[in-house]
Amino acid sequence: MHSDRLIRMANQIAAYFSAYPHDEAVAGISDHLKLFWEPRMLVGIKDHVAHGGAGLHDLVPEAVRRLS
Amino acid sequence: MSLIHETDFGTPPSPSAAMITLEIDGMAVTVPAGTSVMRAAAELGTKVPKLCATDSLEPFGSCRLCLVEIDGRRGTPASCTTPVEAGMKVKTQTDRLAKLRRGVMELYISDHPLDCLTCAANGDCELQDMAGVVGLREVRYGYEGHNHLDAGKDTSNPYFTFDASKCIVCSRCVRACEEVQGTFALTIDGRGFASAVSPGGTDFMASECVSCGACVQACPTATLMENTVIEAGQAEHSIITTCAYCGVGCGFKAEMRGTEVVRMVPWKDGKANHGHSCVKGRFAWGYATHKERMLKPMIRSKITDPWREVSWEEAIGYAASEFKRIQAKYGQASVGGITSSRCTNEETYLVQKLVRAGFGNNNVDTCARVCHSPTGYGLSSTFGTSAGTQDFDSVMQADVILVIGANPTDAHPVFGSRMKKRLREGAQLIVADPRRIDLVRTPHVEAAFHLQIKPGSNVALINALAHAIVTEGLVAEDFVAERCEPMETARWRTFIADPRHSPEAVEAITGVPAADLRAAARLYATGGNAAIYYGLGVTEHSQGSTMVMGMANLAMITGNIGREGVGVNPLRGQNNVQGACDMGSFPHELPGYRHVSDDAVRESFEEVWNVTLRGEPGLRIPNMLDAAVDGTFKGIYIQGEDIAQSDPDITHVTAGLAAMECVVVQDIFLNETASFAHVFLPGSSFLEKDGTFTNAERRISMVRQAMPPMAGYADWQATMLLSNALGYPMDYSHPSEIMDEIARLTPTFAGVSYERIDELGSIQWPCNDKAPDGTPTMHIGGFVRGKGKFAITEFVPTEERSTARYPLILTTGRILSQYNVGAQTRRTENVVWHEEDMLEIHPFDAEYRGIVEGDWVAVASRAGETSLRAKITDRVQAGVVYTTFHNPETAANVVTTDFSDWATNCPEYKVTAVQVRLTNQRSGWQDRYAALREETTRIADPAAAAE
Repeated sequence: MHSDRLIRMANQIAAYFSAYPHDEAVAGISDHLKLFWEPRMLVGIKDHVAHGGAGLHDLVPEAVRRLS
Repeated sequence: MSLIHETDFGTPPSPSAAMITLEIDGMAVTVPAGTSVMRAAAELGTKVPKLCATDSLEPFGSCRLCLVEIDGRRGTPASCTTPVEAGMKVKTQTDRLAKLRRGVMELYISDHPLDCLTCAANGDCELQDMAGVVGLREVRYGYEGHNHLDAGKDTSNPYFTFDASKCIVCSRCVRACEEVQGTFALTIDGRGFASAVSPGGTDFMASECVSCGACVQACPTATLMENTVIEAGQAEHSIITTCAYCGVGCGFKAEMRGTEVVRMVPWKDGKANHGHSCVKGRFAWGYATHKERMLKPMIRSKITDPWREVSWEEAIGYAASEFKRIQAKYGQASVGGITSSRCTNEETYLVQKLVRAGFGNNNVDTCARVCHSPTGYGLSSTFGTSAGTQDFDSVMQADVILVIGANPTDAHPVFGSRMKKRLREGAQLIVADPRRIDLVRTPHVEAAFHLQIKPGSNVALINALAHAIVTEGLVAEDFVAERCEPMETARWRTFIADPRHSPEAVEAITGVPAADLRAAARLYATGGNAAIYYGLGVTEHSQGSTMVMGMANLAMITGNIGREGVGVNPLRGQNNVQGACDMGSFPHELPGYRHVSDDAVRESFEEVWNVTLRGEPGLRIPNMLDAAVDGTFKGIYIQGEDIAQSDPDITHVTAGLAAMECVVVQDIFLNETASFAHVFLPGSSFLEKDGTFTNAERRISMVRQAMPPMAGYADWQATMLLSNALGYPMDYSHPSEIMDEIARLTPTFAGVSYERIDELGSIQWPCNDKAPDGTPTMHIGGFVRGKGKFAITEFVPTEERSTARYPLILTTGRILSQYNVGAQTRRTENVVWHEEDMLEIHPFDAEYRGIVEGDWVAVASRAGETSLRAKITDRVQAGVVYTTFHNPETAANVVTTDFSDWATNCPEYKVTAVQVRLTNQRSGWQDRYAALREETTRIADPAAAAE
């Protein structure tokens, strides 16, 4: 799936959870992705993180890595 | 089947718990204190003659027909206005009363046309009935004197006729307009003999009448009469069913002649509407038999080919073979489905079952994606369940009503009338809305505060309200300590008390004066029972889910949850959007809001469905379209939704649809989405099938078949055909069997069955062993999740900002006479009130652009451009423009963008940066779409095709 859309969606999720303490925020983002994102979307965001994660909110790469 | 005649008790029931015993015609009767003598008699089965009294209205005492004698009292008091007293002895039939009543009837009849045999009300006329009841045999006064027999008819309203010559000036219509509807459009004009019912000195169409039908319902003669009855005659049987329009879910009697609907009459025992209706449910049902109904299945290889009418067998076979081919070529997850919030619970259940069991994936979604999906997320996170907390009747116990981003008098009119009634009784109103909706100031109702927020600032507003409550010491400490999670509460209180959330700090963001916001917060926290009602102005934002959680926070911090008169109440858009969500239409949830990753839940379904289910979420609608554009999603089964008109950023939606290899649309009309379809399956209207709808108050009501499916199959049967052709067997002989399966698999529905719904009239879920009769009010004594959870709700501004290029903010909404994409209401006489979508623009913004009323204007955003006519009004604030999305020719959603809620992808319909300019032509998109529509709706001549 087009990474621009995935990046924007992931960043929006991170913007919400960033109000929580760091570890809780990362867990919140990770859980949200796991609960609501379809596998090909997860593959897309993981792939983007694996390639440097350009444009992502600071919390997203860590949250995505937790999925693995 | 027979025509249902409801008992009219003459006056409303008394709510008193104290009971009074009296004697009527020698029979003892015990009734609540405050009951009228007339009603007490009716409870005994004794009918006191009456004309101006009916039990939907307060007693009036004008017709003088219901006189009775009471031992120890002088004269002959009117039984409708006389309350019962202990030990009272009443006589309803004496020679003296008979003489008086005949005298009254003589006077009425002396000024009434004697055309009973040709009158539309013949057989359904209370005046006629009463003449018989009182034994009227002559009219001594003759008919030569002054009279009203030449009074003209008002036929301006498309649905009913006002024949003044038949009016007895009982005022029932005037009172119904006031008491039931709350519009005050009617009055008694003139004095004495010249008194006449008047819609404010003009005709009905030009008046403030909203065509709810309450006056027609109340009229005891043929003065106000449905045109369909005038044309067709009286019905011969009735069927109780549920309206297929908004989320109020009104109960109706479909009054029939054979398989033809004569009229829809609001059902007095309907617990959502208590006998009231709106213009849509009451009158706008003609679409069901409109000439544009599609009655034959059709297929085509490419969307540029003409449609070819085929048998059901061929259409279903073609659809199934295409889905199989696509899955074999592109993978199991390359197809999906969309359930319909206009279809029944049983039908949505079957579609999601087909996707999960037949397609073998979780790619199923529903229109709640674009309306109330944030409600599900927000209320589930904070309270533990994805639904509103109250029944509609709860509003009558509210002391403060906070309406946020909703327009009940237009979008949920029957509930809006109930709300207005409570406001006329003295409840205080706070409206938070960028537009000055009617509720802000309407006859005998005026909001204490209209917080006219800037679009996109909801979360800043709700945080500021909570900040004021917390920092001014207005917290319901006992409630919070007992009912909410302490750690989360403490953290949230620290968060919300921060000065950055103060009304003063956010004034520049919200546009709401800090003093007003603080005063509104104090009113909400201290004004007694405070209830929140909200709509899509809350959910359709990038922070829709955050806002829902913010409202839940507000209710918890003030203790306004868990009893009557309070709560957090979503006003759902479509008739069965609550039900569609309940039935597992979301890609991450099985029926009953249980996540697909829950092994135990999945196993329970696998056992009954005899199939292995996937444990990871499927694609949401916007994700499906993204995947289609990317080439990984190739086929979709869409039942009763029109995403090519209703969903945002139509250019992207249609690109996604056009990229698919098999689009199956099942609908009653060849809707806009069908332009991109390869298979069309004719749908069935709500009049053509059995099933249930679940309204915004979680009320499950029966939908009953009034006529056979016009295309041969009800929608649930068509889904079964498709599923069987796909190789996943479905074999239900009646929707009740589907509901039995739902109840077996869904704990909150465990006690629901057609038998129980018939027995109780309707049931509000949860309905199970703990609550065998259902649950009107949720979270009493404890939240569904245990302790209430305060969520951190940081305000994050939307990325959609006004700029020099797009300096205005567009927000979209609905209008009373039209419904959703207008597919139904545009095919009724309702178009006389709304022929086209208009752009509301503030006088300042209009003048700056040289726009005058009615000018054609182009509205352009970064997503697209459309043209429509301008309506200049200060209902919108400067800098904000507004339109509806009811017409495909206007296609407001060409302009809306793909921005969406962070948690649910609910589109941000309410905030689109636009520019508006004068134009004299349709937009390029409109031209292209008109050409596409013409090309894609062609149907091949069957005779030519056969050659």
